[in-house]
Amino acid sequence: MIAHAIFFYLFSFIAIVSAVMVTASKNTVHSVFFLILDFISISCLFIMIGAEFLGMIMLIVYVGAVAVLFLFVVMMLNVAQQKNQWFASEASSGHIPVGLIISTLIFFELIIVIGGWKYKPDLFDLNNSMTNFNLSNTHSIGQILYTDYIHVFQISGMILLVAMVGAIVLTFRKREGVKTQSYLKQISRERSEGVQIVDVETNKGVKIDD
Amino acid sequence: MEYINIFFQEVYKILFLLVPVLVSVAMIVWLDRRVWAFVQKRQGPNVVGPFGLLQSLADALKYIFKEIIIPSSSNKIIFILAPIVTMTLALIAWAVIPFSATQVLADINVGILYLFAVSSLGVYGIIMGGWASNSKYPFLGAIRSAAQMVSYEVSIGVIIINVLLCVGSLNLNDIVEAQKNLWFVIPLFPMFVIFFISALAETNRPPFDLPEAEAELVAGYQTEYSGMMYAMFWLGEYANILLMCAMGAILFLGGWMSPIEIYPFTLVPGAIWLILKILLLFILFALVKAIVPRYRYDQLMRLGWKVFLPLSLIWVIFTASYLFYFNLLPTN
Repeated sequence: MIAHAIFFYLFSFIAIVSAVMVTASKNTVHSVFFLILDFISISCLFIMIGAEFLGMIMLIVYVGAVAVLFLFVVMMLNVAQQKNQWFASEASSGHIPVGLIISTLIFFELIIVIGGWKYKPDLFDLNNSMTNFNLSNTHSIGQILYTDYIHVFQISGMILLVAMVGAIVLTFRKREGVKTQSYLKQISRERSEGVQIVDVETNKGVKIDD
Repeated sequence: MEYINIFFQEVYKILFLLVPVLVSVAMIVWLDRRVWAFVQKRQGPNVVGPFGLLQSLADALKYIFKEIIIPSSSNKIIFILAPIVTMTLALIAWAVIPFSATQVLADINVGILYLFAVSSLGVYGIIMGGWASNSKYPFLGAIRSAAQMVSYEVSIGVIIINVLLCVGSLNLNDIVEAQKNLWFVIPLFPMFVIFFISALAETNRPPFDLPEAEAELVAGYQTEYSGMMYAMFWLGEYANILLMCAMGAILFLGGWMSPIEIYPFTLVPGAIWLILKILLLFILFALVKAIVPRYRYDQLMRLGWKVFLPLSLIWVIFTASYLFYFNLLPTN
């Protein structure tokens, strides 16, 4: 148990510190790296409570895909200009009241959720659900997700699809004057149309139209 | 006291796994150069030690004595972290590789997801190295490589789903056991081919070595690295290649199973069979490097998104419906 506690406090300490550093570090790329560290330590916490499937999915989806895209975008932006805007400049001070309102709202929501969990523990009683404790948690997630919650699951899939199509529609534009290569054309070239044998006269050269 | 004993036992186990992996990474570099040379009718490294076997050791010695140069305008912490991340990620994945039914460091329920997660984290070493160098060529190389690795991960994930449909478990030992009668390379042969090519792209091997295409980008993300830090990138890359070969051997070639289940073959320990299968796949990797010319970047992206992804998705639907209609879906 002691080892378990030590690892729990280690990972939660890293998670909290890196979450603070995401907002506090001046370099945006460093923020993304701290975000990645945060994701990794949270997935370690998931694994520690026995939710190994969630932990791995967290690693694959958030760290392996989402954070890579974050990093991509942040690196492409001109980072140097935004370096010194932390609270000091006039442009960012306008965001502080809005940020405060949103963060208080999130804080109260968290208190309500945790309070509900604490004072009405039978709300999420594991014994009432159809969880089979002999199965690995990948199996149990599958058995619940694809039977009881299949409609919710499919609706969330549809929402993601709509978001994907929307993103493509928003960024898609027909560009003029861009040279693209046609694979069919490249593959189907024959020797007879690509190569031409010409007799070259000395000192005169030859003119080939292309 | 009890904890200390457990700790040391685990450390011994880890060393027993990691030291052979590191030695075989050095040997595999030699094998790669040798195969490459033989295809081109050269001798390859054959001077240091018997058949040049100690060449990698000599190279490592050379790298150790070289000076590590850190560019003054680089982001120093991330610059130093990048090769360490690459190397560590390439090594921690070996924790779940089963060498026989019992010889596995961590027999976890989600072994294949762990392998997939670690191989998808591998992109960070490259991005960090490319960005922290604060130089044009490394940055371009890193961006190329990030896009490439993210693209090919998708199809590798879908191919893994194919195998999982036939197994019904995420545990690597279960995946190996499920191939007792028939290796998955036979029913899922197209998926094996796609997995092999995606693994080439995922590990930045030729013909997909665009992140370090020397004709365009000097050496890609490694340009600013020197000495032991360059060697760590290099070792990490080869450890990743070995890992992808091990993944292919476990998913499709029956892992530590012997190819024929009759008397003299079953005596050979599982680790030997796994190593032989990894070597077979690695020699294929090396041959591809020698034979195939480099892809253009748009061809690479087209292959990943427009050919491999639809094909592997269609194959998932095909496998699932075949298993469903013939009532072959694994149950437990």
